[in-house]
Amino acid sequence: MANATLTPDAHASSGEFDLPPSAWVDAYRTMVLARAMDERCLSLQRQGRIGFYVPLEGQEAAQVGCALALDPKDWVFPAYRELGVALVRGVPVQELLDQFIGNSGDRLKGRQMPNHYGYRAQNFVVASSPLGTQIPQAVGAALAARHRGDALVTVAFFGDGSTSTNDFHAGLNFAGVYRSPTIFFCQNNQWAISMPRSHQTMSATLAEKAEAYGFGGVVVDGTDLGQVYRAVAAARARALAGEGPTLIEAQVYRFGPHSTSDDPKRYRSDSEVAEWRRRDPLLRTKEQIMKIGAWTEAQDAAEWTEARNRIAEAWKAAEATPPLPPTSFLDDVFSAPTPQLENQRREVVGLLERKVIRE
Amino acid sequence: MTELTLVQAVNRGLAEAMRQDPDVLLLGEDIGTNGGVFRATEGLQKEFGAERVIDTPLSECGIVGTAIGMALYGLKPVAEIQFLDFIYPAFDQIVSELSKFRYRSGGQYPCHVVVRTPYGGGIRGGLYHSQSTEAFFCHTAGLKVVIPSTPADAKGLLLTAIHDEDPVMFLEPKRIYRSVTGEVPDGDYRIPFGKARIAREGTDLTLVAYGAMMVPTLAAAERLAQEGVQAEVIDLRTLVPLDEAALLASVEKTGRLVIVHEAARTAGFGAEIAALVAEKALYSLKAPIVRVTGYDTPFPYALEHLYLPSEERILDAAREVGRTG
Repeated sequence: MANATLTPDAHASSGEFDLPPSAWVDAYRTMVLARAMDERCLSLQRQGRIGFYVPLEGQEAAQVGCALALDPKDWVFPAYRELGVALVRGVPVQELLDQFIGNSGDRLKGRQMPNHYGYRAQNFVVASSPLGTQIPQAVGAALAARHRGDALVTVAFFGDGSTSTNDFHAGLNFAGVYRSPTIFFCQNNQWAISMPRSHQTMSATLAEKAEAYGFGGVVVDGTDLGQVYRAVAAARARALAGEGPTLIEAQVYRFGPHSTSDDPKRYRSDSEVAEWRRRDPLLRTKEQIMKIGAWTEAQDAAEWTEARNRIAEAWKAAEATPPLPPTSFLDDVFSAPTPQLENQRREVVGLLERKVIRE
Repeated sequence: MTELTLVQAVNRGLAEAMRQDPDVLLLGEDIGTNGGVFRATEGLQKEFGAERVIDTPLSECGIVGTAIGMALYGLKPVAEIQFLDFIYPAFDQIVSELSKFRYRSGGQYPCHVVVRTPYGGGIRGGLYHSQSTEAFFCHTAGLKVVIPSTPADAKGLLLTAIHDEDPVMFLEPKRIYRSVTGEVPDGDYRIPFGKARIAREGTDLTLVAYGAMMVPTLAAAERLAQEGVQAEVIDLRTLVPLDEAALLASVEKTGRLVIVHEAARTAGFGAEIAALVAEKALYSLKAPIVRVTGYDTPFPYALEHLYLPSEERILDAAREVGRTG
């Protein structure tokens, strides 16, 4: 069952990762890319070039470790902070930046705020803002896959705050009843905007909630890539063996604000952040790969430069991508427009022609 | 053709769809062993098995959330919510998720779920087994809203709903589940969405209704005929998409309009119909539009017969509209 809650200065990394050194290095490189995206996008938001951003800094090992343990055919049901997962699943950086701008390259056609993306080709279901709603959906998709005889799992990503929602309860209860091949991956980043984990629930851990639904829950150190990977790989194997769902609580810390609209200084101390930064997942992973001789400081410096350049290039291309056609916001409400929507499209076209509204 | 009640027609429609397509499955509370509290799913678990007729825990949010996941994967789930009055725990899943998946993903994730639910008053169900809140769903972009009023329409519209590519709210008028019977075509039988049914042709006045309100509305039209007034009666069948053309053509012909629904008046679907007619056929009107509706109160228990539109109230309104202008 669940371990005791981790503290910021918990044990050093186990250093175990059931994959070859090159996989460790690739995972670390993805983590660097994710953090470089954060760095760049926070700056773009401050310059007013993108409207909003949700950083993931501090949660890279949890996300990358989890995603690496999945198969491409598994279905991911993300919340809106899952950049690390999207990168592992091969969503191109430019597609993400196109989405942040909402230009004509955005596969979502400019329908959503930044970070609320989804990519069918990568089995990365489109996110929404309401919290926890993806949890029963992941269960439904898992049951559908089983109905079709497809050997895969679904993974619902959510945070500590979402464990208080109706949907968390409904989803885990259904998963328990039907033994759905689902992994509930909770990144407990200690803060639901300003509500600390200690006040979100009086449960000692979030993982132990699984017990009441009739399946297992485990706590892992979410700053430890190897621990996360092993826990998810084991949960996946159990699910595929017909042994049902698992709740994994990856204990992490959100180093940055909830979003660019949030000021965490209002509710938490700098010293708390500093304590957790001692367990920065990037530093820990880097230490691990250097220890096994798979990485050097020189490679590290080059990697950061390459990641930043790659993002800069993609940003340039995203900015040069034309805007969306103005009437595109009227598409995709239904499989085919109703007469009412056709009338409304004519209205918009007319207003544009008369320049009452402008592109 | 088989003579069926409305709820039997729903049952036959579900069975037909499940025979046609292995991707169709049902989920809801008490729908399997028990056959549904109104027996709409009677015998289906026996025929199709517990994997396709799934009894669920008591959680509307779980039912719709799970159905959404199934639909995203490519199945065609039909979720039953036992009473429309109990749908609100699933409201977030319907309004924030189901209705928006196609749109918010830029078309990558169509999400075809049919949510079936009995609705409406007249069964002495009090506040929580009587409400008619279809307007909530009509106000939410991305949902189709379907309300049959005859056994044939119940089957034909349900089969269209299950084979549609969009989310459908399928509201079943439980007051007439058994009291209305009619001939229903056997086998695959579909009625297109967005096509109103002219339930009675007339030239003097248009009565627009849907669902259980078709019964008192048609009865009122018969009484008017005895008085020499020929009312045209339109059964909307689908509120989204709405058959504006049928509605406007009728009003242009008759010049007089009475709208009947059992939902509360303020911001009810009748307001939408009245606004449309005012926008597009105002100069055809010979008299002000009248709405015969439920009142802006919660749904009453002991005095529901005063709350619900009745033949007498519709007749009174029709005479009023006939006198003016």
